[in-house]
Amino acid sequence: MATVDLQTLTEAHSHTEHEHEEHHHGNFWTNYVFSEDHKVIAKQFLITGMAWALIGGVLSVLFRLQLGFPESNLSWLKPLLGGWLTPEGKIDPEFYLALVTMHGTIMVFFVLTAGLSGTFSNFLIPLQIGARDMASGFMNMLSYWFFFLSSVVMFTSLFISTGPASGGWVIYPPLSALPQAMQGSGLGMTLWLVAMALFIVSSLLGGINYITTVINLRTKGMSFTKLPLTIWAFFFTAIIGVLSFPVLFAAALLLIFDRSFGTSFYLSDIYIGGEALPNQGGSPILFQHLFWFLGHPEVYIVLLPALGITSEIIATNSRKPIFGYKAMVGSMLFIAILSFVVWAHHMFVTGMNPFLGSIFTLLTLIIAVPSAVKIFNYVTTLWKGNILFTTAMLFSIGLVSFFLTGGITGIFLGNSAIDIQLHDTYFVVAHFHLVMGSASFFGMVAGVYHWFPKMFGRMLDERLGYLHFWLTIVGVYLVFFPMHYIGIAGFPRRYYSWTNFETFSGFADLNMLVSIAAIITLFAQFIFLFNFIYSIFRGKVASANPWNSNTLEWTTPRSPGHGNWPGELPTVYRWPYDYSKPGAKEDFIPQHIPYSETPESNLRHENELVKLEMNNGSAIVVEDKKH
Amino acid sequence: MMSLIISLGVVLVLAILYMIFRIGNLVGLVKGKKDESTSWNDINAYLMMIFMIAGLGAFFWYSFAHFDSYKLPVASEHGVITDNLFWVTMWVTVIAFVIIFIVMFWFAYAYRYQEGRRASYIADNHKLEIIWTVIPAIVLALLIFSGLKAWNDITAPASKDAVVIELIGQQFLWTARYPGVKDKQLGNHNYKMIDASNEFGLDLSDKNSFDDFKSLELHLPKGKEIQLKIRAKDVLHSVFLPHFRLKMDAVPGMQTTFKFVATKSTADMREETGNPNFNYEMACTEVCGKGHFSMKFPVFVHDTVEDYEKWMASQEAWLKQNPDYLQRVPVELREAAMIKAGIPADSKEAIAASPVTVTLN
Repeated sequence: MATVDLQTLTEAHSHTEHEHEEHHHGNFWTNYVFSEDHKVIAKQFLITGMAWALIGGVLSVLFRLQLGFPESNLSWLKPLLGGWLTPEGKIDPEFYLALVTMHGTIMVFFVLTAGLSGTFSNFLIPLQIGARDMASGFMNMLSYWFFFLSSVVMFTSLFISTGPASGGWVIYPPLSALPQAMQGSGLGMTLWLVAMALFIVSSLLGGINYITTVINLRTKGMSFTKLPLTIWAFFFTAIIGVLSFPVLFAAALLLIFDRSFGTSFYLSDIYIGGEALPNQGGSPILFQHLFWFLGHPEVYIVLLPALGITSEIIATNSRKPIFGYKAMVGSMLFIAILSFVVWAHHMFVTGMNPFLGSIFTLLTLIIAVPSAVKIFNYVTTLWKGNILFTTAMLFSIGLVSFFLTGGITGIFLGNSAIDIQLHDTYFVVAHFHLVMGSASFFGMVAGVYHWFPKMFGRMLDERLGYLHFWLTIVGVYLVFFPMHYIGIAGFPRRYYSWTNFETFSGFADLNMLVSIAAIITLFAQFIFLFNFIYSIFRGKVASANPWNSNTLEWTTPRSPGHGNWPGELPTVYRWPYDYSKPGAKEDFIPQHIPYSETPESNLRHENELVKLEMNNGSAIVVEDKKH
Repeated sequence: MMSLIISLGVVLVLAILYMIFRIGNLVGLVKGKKDESTSWNDINAYLMMIFMIAGLGAFFWYSFAHFDSYKLPVASEHGVITDNLFWVTMWVTVIAFVIIFIVMFWFAYAYRYQEGRRASYIADNHKLEIIWTVIPAIVLALLIFSGLKAWNDITAPASKDAVVIELIGQQFLWTARYPGVKDKQLGNHNYKMIDASNEFGLDLSDKNSFDDFKSLELHLPKGKEIQLKIRAKDVLHSVFLPHFRLKMDAVPGMQTTFKFVATKSTADMREETGNPNFNYEMACTEVCGKGHFSMKFPVFVHDTVEDYEKWMASQEAWLKQNPDYLQRVPVELREAAMIKAGIPADSKEAIAASPVTVTLN
């Protein structure tokens, strides 16, 4: 069913001629700070994201110290924590909650949303679809600076005397609405809400730009069916984000009203601090619905780009076409749609109507099917490959491993009857840290290793990369796998200490192991940090296409300037996964090589396309729907 | 001074590591790294296998050797059902997990790069793809439907003769309110009536409230359906009874509920676990502030319903403990209130509250 569409693009060149000289002039400020070049903006997102990841990681080690070594004296942290240590050298229980909350917020939003999508959607969309830049460079720049502003506000909140927001990253009211309930719900919460509002603005500016760019700025011949899976993933991610972030904004806005203007959207019948509040008629459950209407799609906002990156890296380094391209796109589409109708599985035991629980169980477990399909496709791509273990490839395989390990526990949690016991225990912590936290983090790191040569024109050191990978994958498994056992034993999450309970008195050994593994894993990231900084300046000089990859970004010069391609934009003739094609000279044929140049490897229907390529020269675009 | 020396030492070590790395790099450049990269490729492939075998080995060893330390005894009727579901799901998923895990790492190892070999150009296989879409879908459907059946039973309305107990969460403690033995009905409450003594917000114009009593321990009968009515005063809390596989949020402004049957008394459990000091516990599982981790509520399960009722009868009504509040009882109900709460008619408060005991002679 090789249907062939002809499409005449008379003004194909109209936007390509534009002034791609401009980057040569301009000063430091316009080139590196307020730059509208998508590649510079991507690097800004990456470096900010890495800084946040470091902060988020350090916060997690701080609370792991409390959980793994509850008896130890932490007075040596006095210079860092000051008043947040009790006189006995313990972390203050309220600050413990602040640590957990900020760790979650930072990792989910600032690292894995902005750091991941911000970096790779920005960097790869124009390069892989063959565009000079984003649809709106100015909006793109604004997107970063709103994110930066948001970061500044969130960072500031870490240092105020009442502490940052502390009610969990889900900020459920009434806890987050009432400063009487905990210190962190005062100024810290206000700053959290302001930072998140700015963050949502940034995310929307970015998302609209990504969508517009993918739809409108694909180069000649780059039909949707020839898009690399990375672009499909970024495209779906952006759509999910644009549809769901506004709902979080609404939720936050109503919370601001409840906090500051005496409304009762989420508050009712509250007696606190010796007085009955006047608020009546609100519902805390409403907030949970609104929050998770973003919160669940957010999981996929974090995960899909990582899966897209992995698809690209696994195909390239297996020297094989990705298995089931259509099924991959289809399952991503299916996941993207379903991600909007599963949110209430976070709320089975919140007092929500149990009938709703049944519906959401059903929908939740359906989403497991496309996820399973994706795993099978990755594994089959490895089959009969000729696998090169670049560091990026190692991290991609690590991602699939986490996606599998963490994914299957979702089948327990999505089943409402089983979730009664497991909800809010360490089983949940283990589940989501593996399936979305670690998997997405590995996708991000894999992406950095893979595209570093195009970002900075130099190679990262591979041996340090191997060390980084093996320490991290073992470390991450040692951190999160034991949590399954702790969770099955019923240990609740967000607990400062379990010693009050006889039921939860065991597992001191496992908790210590987890904490030690967390510390080692954090230190392993410094190897990466060193490698990153060192290689920017002293790394081995990269060739234009160091991984022998097919996608368009590798047809640019070693360090592409603003405008990406020095001459004309490349034309695309084939899908991005022509690896190890029988008969071909090399084991890869890049997307811009016409079929007329590769008669030795063309499949039968492709030979027919050669004629169309010849017709009318470059004014005709061949859109073939075979793949 | 000490910290200065330590930081100097750290800097020194880092500098040495950096030099070693730099020299290693330069030596590598001189020698040429072509062969080295294929040997690294093999090393990574072997490490993949070692990782897979060691990982699965550790997983199975710990899961079996330490089974008793993470398997929590179950003590409710529905808990047995959800535990079964849990372990069935566990077997299904572990089998799938182990197969995929082995296959993936095996492929990574077996198809590692070899010079001169070419990967196969395989882009799709519809039959295979349909098979691995349909099989998980069927397995999941089976799991879902057994889960949904259990869920519907668990969340069905409680029967009329269930024992009703109210649990109230607040920062950072739990209280339980029991309907008195006389009317077996919980009286109304209103959060605006809460004060330092009237912590339930008991509405004393409702005659059902007269014999309600407060308990700082959750007492339950064995073998009889219990309905927990749950609410919160200030922020969200969550009732978690791990041994009964029971969890339900406590929400301010909204009553939530959970029904269950306890199948093992505290004494039974002491025997089963061989721990003479065993006690059931209730915890809070919705983050509620500084003292979240300390919201323990002791639980005691009586051997028989009679024992439980005997215990109920031995408890003093809240109104009896707080006779001042007789003033809040509407005049026409005061006598009934005194009888129901068991307040002696000649007590000081009773006399003060009584409208008719004016000195007539």
